[in-house]
Amino acid sequence: MTAVQTPPAAARAVGARPRRRGSMGATPAFWLFMGPFLAGLVVFVYLPIAWSFVLSFNRAQNTVQAREFVGLQNYIDLLTPGPFLDSLWTFTIFAAIIVPLTFVLSLLLAVLLNQITIARAFFRSAFFLPTACSYVVASLVWKLSIFNGVRFGLANQVLSLFGVENIAWLSSVNPPWYWLVIATVRLWLQLGFYIILFLAGLQRISPELYEAAYVDGAKAGWQTFRHITLPQLRTTSVAVLLLNLIAAYQAFDEFYNLLGNSSLARPPLVYLYYTAQGNQDYGHGSAGAMILAGLIVLVTLLQNRVYGFGRPE
Amino acid sequence: MPPQKSHLPSMPASTRRTFLSLVGALGLGGALAACGGDSGGLDSGGGSGGGKPTLKQWYHLYGESGTEQAVQRYAQGYDKAAVEVQWTPGDYESKLSSGLLSDNGPDVFEYQLNADMVRSGQIVELDDIVGPVRDDYTGTDITATSLDGSVYGVKIVDDTGFLYYRKSLLAAAGVQPPKTMDELIDATRALDRNGVKGLFIGNDAGVTPAFGGGALLDLVLWSAGTANLTADNKVGFTTPEAKDSFRKLQQLAQSGSILLGAPTDFWDPSAFTQELCAMQWTGLWAMPKILETFGDDVGIVPWPALSATVGKPVTFLGGWTSMVSAKATDVDMAKDFVKWLWIDNAQAQEDFNLNYGFHIPPRKSIAAGAQKLQEGVAAEALRIFNESAVAPNPMWTPKMKSAFADAATAIVRGGGDIDAELAKAQQTVEAELARLAA
Repeated sequence: MTAVQTPPAAARAVGARPRRRGSMGATPAFWLFMGPFLAGLVVFVYLPIAWSFVLSFNRAQNTVQAREFVGLQNYIDLLTPGPFLDSLWTFTIFAAIIVPLTFVLSLLLAVLLNQITIARAFFRSAFFLPTACSYVVASLVWKLSIFNGVRFGLANQVLSLFGVENIAWLSSVNPPWYWLVIATVRLWLQLGFYIILFLAGLQRISPELYEAAYVDGAKAGWQTFRHITLPQLRTTSVAVLLLNLIAAYQAFDEFYNLLGNSSLARPPLVYLYYTAQGNQDYGHGSAGAMILAGLIVLVTLLQNRVYGFGRPE
Repeated sequence: MPPQKSHLPSMPASTRRTFLSLVGALGLGGALAACGGDSGGLDSGGGSGGGKPTLKQWYHLYGESGTEQAVQRYAQGYDKAAVEVQWTPGDYESKLSSGLLSDNGPDVFEYQLNADMVRSGQIVELDDIVGPVRDDYTGTDITATSLDGSVYGVKIVDDTGFLYYRKSLLAAAGVQPPKTMDELIDATRALDRNGVKGLFIGNDAGVTPAFGGGALLDLVLWSAGTANLTADNKVGFTTPEAKDSFRKLQQLAQSGSILLGAPTDFWDPSAFTQELCAMQWTGLWAMPKILETFGDDVGIVPWPALSATVGKPVTFLGGWTSMVSAKATDVDMAKDFVKWLWIDNAQAQEDFNLNYGFHIPPRKSIAAGAQKLQEGVAAEALRIFNESAVAPNPMWTPKMKSAFADAATAIVRGGGDIDAELAKAQQTVEAELARLAA
C-alpha cells in the first residue's frame, strides 16, 4: 500500500509494469473471493428483481411465467385509489410515528450512555441486547403477554390497579391502540442499533472542540450540544434517518404477526405479500414491488441531495 | 372454505409458535424454489430404490398427535409405488403454491379447490374415480370440489363449526339459545356479566382474515339467504338482505359485549374453556376439549338466521380435499393412489377423521356408521352439518375474498358506510369474474 502514499507523478515514473503485474495477479484472487458472493447476488437478488420487472408487465395469475403482456395495466391498477395506495398511507403514518421517535430517543440515550462513567459496558449491552431478538418473537411476546387484551395481559393488569377496564389492544379500532403495540415493539427492537451508530459518531468528535468552546465561554449542556455535538453528528444523523426510513418502508414482521391481513393497518410489503403469495397474483405483486423499490430509490436520492449523505464533511 | 380456517384450528400452542417461527424460513424457501427450476434436488427422489415409482404426497401439519404417523402408515400400505409423504409445518399455502409452480411439486396434495388452479391447469379432473361413488358424498362436498360440472378433488376431511354455549350461564341469564341475529345480540348483551363476556367470534369480530380469522365472512351472507356469488356467478353480497345482515353484525360487534383481544382466535376453544365468554363460535375440531372441560353443560346451535322470516341458520363446510397435480410424473398412478386411499379405504378414512382429531368422514356411509358420531352433542353436530352446512364456491378466489374482507373489516370494525364499502368490493370482484370468464 506504499504506492498510495507515493505522489502520483512519482508513481507514474516508477513505472506501470509492476502495477500491471500486480493487477494481473490480483484478478484471479479478486474473482476467487468475490465470485461466490457475486454469483449469489446475481442469482438470488438481481435475477429475481429482473424477473419481477418482466412479470410486472404481464398478467401472471397462479404462474410465474410471463405469458400475457398487459403493458402498464398492473401499475395503473395499483396506482388508482385502492388498497395499495391505502398501504402507502399506512406506511406514512407509521413512518411519521417511528422515524422521529427512534431518532430522538436513540440520540438521547446515546448521549447519556456516552457520558456515563460507571458500568458502561453493562448499560451499552443492555440497550443493544433487544436488537438480537427476532421481530417474530418480540411480536409474540407483545401480543400474548404484554398487550394481551384480556385480564391476564401485563398492560391490562397494571391498568386494572388504577381501575381501568381491560383494553383489547390489538382489536380496538376506536381508538386505534394497535399503533401503540406496533410502535413500541419496533422501538424496543431497533433503538439499540441506532444508539450504537450515534455512540460511534459521538466518539469521533474531538474533545478539543468542547475545550475550545469552554475557553470561549460556552456552557456545557444545551449550548454545546446544539452548536458542537449536533453539527458534528450530521453524517451519522443522516445515516440514521435514511436507514430508519428504509426500515420503515420494509416493515413486515410485526404487522404480519400482530395484525395479519388487516385493512386497518397494512403496510406495502404486507399488502404485496398477500397479493403475490395469498392471491397468487404475481403480476400485480411484482408491479407493486417495482413501485416500492422506485420510491425507496427516489427518497434515498432526495435525502442525499438535501443532507449530502456521503459528501466529505 | 379458505384453507387457513381449518389448518390452524387444530394446532396446539406449541405448534403455533413453531408455525410462526417457520413462516419466514418457508417463505424464503418458497421464493428460492420458485426462482430456480432445479434448485430443489433434495426430495426429487427420481432414481427410487427397488424399481417402484415414487409418488410425492403433501400434507399441511395436522396438530393432533398421531396424525403424521397415521398418514405414513397408510402410505406404506400402497404397493404400486413408494409414497413419500411430506408433512409441512408452517405456511403450507405458500409452500404449496410455490411447489405447484415449480417442477418439484407434489404429485398428490391436499388443499381447497379454487377456480384459478383449474384455469391455470395445475390440477386434473377426477370424475373417473369419484363418479361411481358420487352419491355417497353430501351435495355440499360435491359442490365444494367441482367446477363447471367436473370434479377436481376428493374430500378427505369434513369440518364444520357451531355456536357453543354454556347451558347453565344461559339459564342464569334467562336466555334461550339464539335462532335469529336479534336474539343473538340480546343474548350476548344479557350474558355479558361478572367479567365474562357474552360471545367470542374471534379477535377480528369475525371479519379480518388473519391466521384463520374471518370466521363470519361467509356466514354473514349465508344466514341472510344469499352468498358471495350467486349460482350464475354474479355478485351476491350487495342485496338488501346482505346489507341488513351487515348492519346486524356491526351492531353485534359494537355492542361492547363481545370478547376481543383474547390470546388465541376463534379456532381455539381456550377463550370458552377459560370462561372468558359464555358463547363461542368455533369448529367441530374443538368439541373434544370443550366436552372434556364442561361435560353436559354445553349445547350447540348453528349460526342464527338473519331473522325469523329471512334466511336460515347455517354453518360452513370446511376440511381438506385431495387433488392430483397436472405435473405429476404419472397422473394415472397418482389418481389410483387417491382412489385407493381416500375413496376405497374406509378404515383409513374413519381412523384419520376420528381417532386423532374430531372431524366428519366425508363418505356418508362411513359417517353414518361411525361409533363416535352416534350420540349426544356429537350426533347433534352431524345432524347440523348435514342440514345446515353450505359449500364454499370455488369461483370465489382469494383476491375476491381479500377485497370483500377489506370491506367487511371497514364496516363491522371501523363502522364504515355499508353501501360505499360493499360497492368498492363489488368493483374488484366483478373485475375478477370478468378475468375468470375470459
